Amino acid sequence: MEGLCCLKIHCCEERMYTVADLKKGLKIILDGDPYLVVAFDFVKPGKGQALYRTKMRNMINGSLLDRTYRSGESFEPASLEERTMEYLYKEGEHYTFMDQQTYEQVVMEEETLGDAKNYLLENLKVEVMLFGEKAIGISLPNFVNLRVTATEQWAKGDTSGNDSKPATVETGYVLRVPPFIEEGELIVIDTRTGDYSTRVKG
Amino acid sequence: METPLLIPANAPEEHINPVAALSSSWQLQTSPEICMKRLLCAGHNKIFQISRCWREGERGTRHLSEFTMLEWYRAGCDYQTLMTDCEELLQYVAATCQPERRTFMRQSVQINPHAPWHRLTVQDAFSEYSQADVWECLRKGIYEEVLTAEVEPALAGFDVPVILMDYPAELAALARTKPGNPLLAERFELYVGGLELANGFSELNDPHEQRRRFEEANRERSTAGQKILPLPEPFLSTLASMPDSAGIALGVDRLVMVTAGVDTIDEIVAFSPEDL
Repeated sequence: MEGLCCLKIHCCEERMYTVADLKKGLKIILDGDPYLVVAFDFVKPGKGQALYRTKMRNMINGSLLDRTYRSGESFEPASLEERTMEYLYKEGEHYTFMDQQTYEQVVMEEETLGDAKNYLLENLKVEVMLFGEKAIGISLPNFVNLRVTATEQWAKGDTSGNDSKPATVETGYVLRVPPFIEEGELIVIDTRTGDYSTRVKG
Repeated sequence: METPLLIPANAPEEHINPVAALSSSWQLQTSPEICMKRLLCAGHNKIFQISRCWREGERGTRHLSEFTMLEWYRAGCDYQTLMTDCEELLQYVAATCQPERRTFMRQSVQINPHAPWHRLTVQDAFSEYSQADVWECLRKGIYEEVLTAEVEPALAGFDVPVILMDYPAELAALARTKPGNPLLAERFELYVGGLELANGFSELNDPHEQRRRFEEANRERSTAGQKILPLPEPFLSTLASMPDSAGIALGVDRLVMVTAGVDTIDEIVAFSPEDL
């Protein structure tokens, strides 16, 4: 996490949550990380102490955590903000984004971006999720246009029965495309599946 | 019997919070227990009631803050008689509501109330299913955690109803202790497919001991930062005239759940609180 030491947590203005506030979709801070409650149940054995059983997803690394709480415990709300930013450039494993309004820049690591890195072309507008000042994820447009930089020629009369072939696009991402796609063509990719969608004419 | 739902005081319990009513001076009943025991004192020997009950803050896949309870009492009997009552009641319900398969269903497991039921003590259940000692769990304050994470899931594996019996006395504030063993109470819980359906016990009818336990519950509540609850004084002053009795409360919503074979309580009510 080098280069990302500017973690700052804002919490004091908001009231703390109690176990009675726990429900699916709630975002809280645990051990300094933001967590999303993905499953929740209230259990109370006959005449006994109530227990609040939760499953939570770490919003930075995606890991799942099971925790059981008793009444009386409290939680710090995780304040998260989504902002439209433009992708600027990549340096090693670090990707830089900028808010066009404030010129504020954030850096994200390749590992945090996951598959999203396959579609990052300079100047692409994305939604950046911020936890304090730390960028913890992005949401992409559903479709992006990327130019094919390398693919084999389609041999006319090829009877091998293959209805697709590999192609490399300008971000370095390799995917299967129909045989008629040629180098230099612009194609549309569905960022939700990573699949070829259609070709952009002209 | 039919008793008032709105009362000045429930039996104070450490982990049950009543819903306040009438500018917080009275409460909705958390169970019909107090009034029904006063009817036992008045000479009504075999009584039952189906009524709504309310418990503040109880909401989950098995809990509604407002729910329906079937409660019955028998004078001259102890908790063993109530276990037999449960067997006959569940066999009747299954045969009547499920004429084809005559069984209950929970998480895709069929539970047959017509086959011999499984009975085990709380101590044996803890040592068998969690390799833990129930007294040790109570001392460490992890009784509920071990019960719900290890014991109850094991009870869900039985294809017949299960009676979990002989609770540590501290977990049975209104029950009589076993003759010759003040550490254990004559209390049992009925489980179907790991779901707790009913709680029954031989009733304590010693007003001094009952007052002591209520005051102890309030001390525990106060330590936990919970509200001190008023004591049901008219109940305490008639308790000495209550015959030796046994009483039980059965969650009707949960009985409907296992009869219909659904896994969440929301599926058997027309409106959940979130729908209102």
